[in-house]
Amino acid sequence: MLFLVAFSSLFFLIGIVVILFVEGLPVFAHVSLSQFLFGKRWYPTSSPPQFGALPLILGSLLVTGGGLLFAVPLGLFAGIFLAELCPPRGREVMKPIIELLADIPSVVYGFFGVVVIAPFVRDLLSLSTGLTAFTAALILGIMAVPSIVSVIEDTLTSVPRSYKEASFALGATHWETLRRAILPAASSGIGAAIVLGAGRIIGETMAVLMVAGGAPVIPKSFFQPVRTLTATIAVEMGEASVGSPHYHSLFSLAIVLFLFTLVLNILVENLIPGGRRRVR
Amino acid sequence: MEEIKLQIKDLNVFFGEKQVLHQISLNIPANKVTAIIGPSGCGKSTLLRSINRMNDFFEGMKVEGEIIFDGKNVYAEGVDPVIVRRRIGMVFQMPNPFPKSIFENVAYGLRIQGWRNKKAIEEQVIKSLQAAALWDEVKDRLYSSAFDLSGGQQQRLCIARAIAVEPEILLMDEPASALDPIATARVEELIRSLIEKYTIVLVTHNMQEAARSSDYTAFLLLGRLIEFGPTNQIFTKPQKKETEDYLTGRFG
Repeated sequence: MLFLVAFSSLFFLIGIVVILFVEGLPVFAHVSLSQFLFGKRWYPTSSPPQFGALPLILGSLLVTGGGLLFAVPLGLFAGIFLAELCPPRGREVMKPIIELLADIPSVVYGFFGVVVIAPFVRDLLSLSTGLTAFTAALILGIMAVPSIVSVIEDTLTSVPRSYKEASFALGATHWETLRRAILPAASSGIGAAIVLGAGRIIGETMAVLMVAGGAPVIPKSFFQPVRTLTATIAVEMGEASVGSPHYHSLFSLAIVLFLFTLVLNILVENLIPGGRRRVR
Repeated sequence: MEEIKLQIKDLNVFFGEKQVLHQISLNIPANKVTAIIGPSGCGKSTLLRSINRMNDFFEGMKVEGEIIFDGKNVYAEGVDPVIVRRRIGMVFQMPNPFPKSIFENVAYGLRIQGWRNKKAIEEQVIKSLQAAALWDEVKDRLYSSAFDLSGGQQQRLCIARAIAVEPEILLMDEPASALDPIATARVEELIRSLIEKYTIVLVTHNMQEAARSSDYTAFLLLGRLIEFGPTNQIFTKPQKKETEDYLTGRFG
């Protein structure tokens, strides 16, 4: 019985993957793979429909890369602070607060983005709209911080104490010890934290749908509206009639997204255990 | 008596409420090996770590008394523990190389001290590995991981790392206790060869090791210094009954 329960998650995983491919692949009867991946126009409801997913793929990548630009420095410094500099009592207060950030529903982040951040960005940069890739990256970056912080903090605290002692005994300051002994020893874990953050950002749907602006065009600047893979699927699934090319194309977008996250997951798996033997 | 390198005067060390060392006064002679022996928990390691201020990292630690090094109390106000540790090196009980290459392990202290010249760093690394009697075993694989070395080799690497920055005193906290007998013999041999340049303070719970490697021996019991003198005198004609009881194996 327990055996069955344990295997149910495997069953669901396989089921989802099979359905993605069964429902997604038929679109390639209407559009070639290269037209799909590199086509610049996503007009699924015009006639004839155009299924060029490149703007959406680039939108997702831009928002993810931009999000990391915010999340990585924030997460890295917060993690270093918590693990190395903060007195234990401060850590006991800070850690749950940071973890609470992860518990806020993403629609709330989106709401916050629309009401507070977007007008601010618009006025600050005098844009026509504040709903841009930049705004989305900022919000998603903040959303990814908790997971990045907690992985980095765990990695840093698991660096053997003896490395620190050896470094101090050689006359290194706290900062030199951090930079030359602790961070290099933790580099693979830090890499894993970044990839994990990327995974969270690329898969996020609700907040990005609300703040990214939703224009399915190839982004030329960080400060214009974009549309991501996730947002496209969420918005258009309701209006696509079941079995139509449009319907199948949305599943194909999901396949692309799934492949992205799969690659990121494989990266994380390979980064974590290899850490201790790596030499610089 | 010889030149005194380090003078410990009325040292009291507390961890919170608990007093770990009581009124220790001890003169460490230059270019000799001074062994600190005693049963576990007697404060040997605490005494050793007080010398280069490695105890500073324990919360609630308090030091009274003085440790005079080069005419100056290392606990005096305005003394930077980082500078103290650059001049008083340390080797730990468990070999603790960094997860870096053999070369980078030895170069670590040099880089910390701002060495930039590649050639000079290389020469100093080679010199230190030679002094630590490790050069012949690693010269063909300087850039492979320090973790590929055996335990004994790792400990000699840690010694090479410590002497690369040319400290004046080398503190060793049971450096052979995690090693097999052959590796132990090599480390002991190495310790004897190092006294030409360095003053060594060696903590050990192994009395044979103290007898073999040291010139002077201090016997500690329950945080108090019971007896201090030339090693052969301590081992053959101890003045105090406690020392004799410990050495003959009546406790400890």
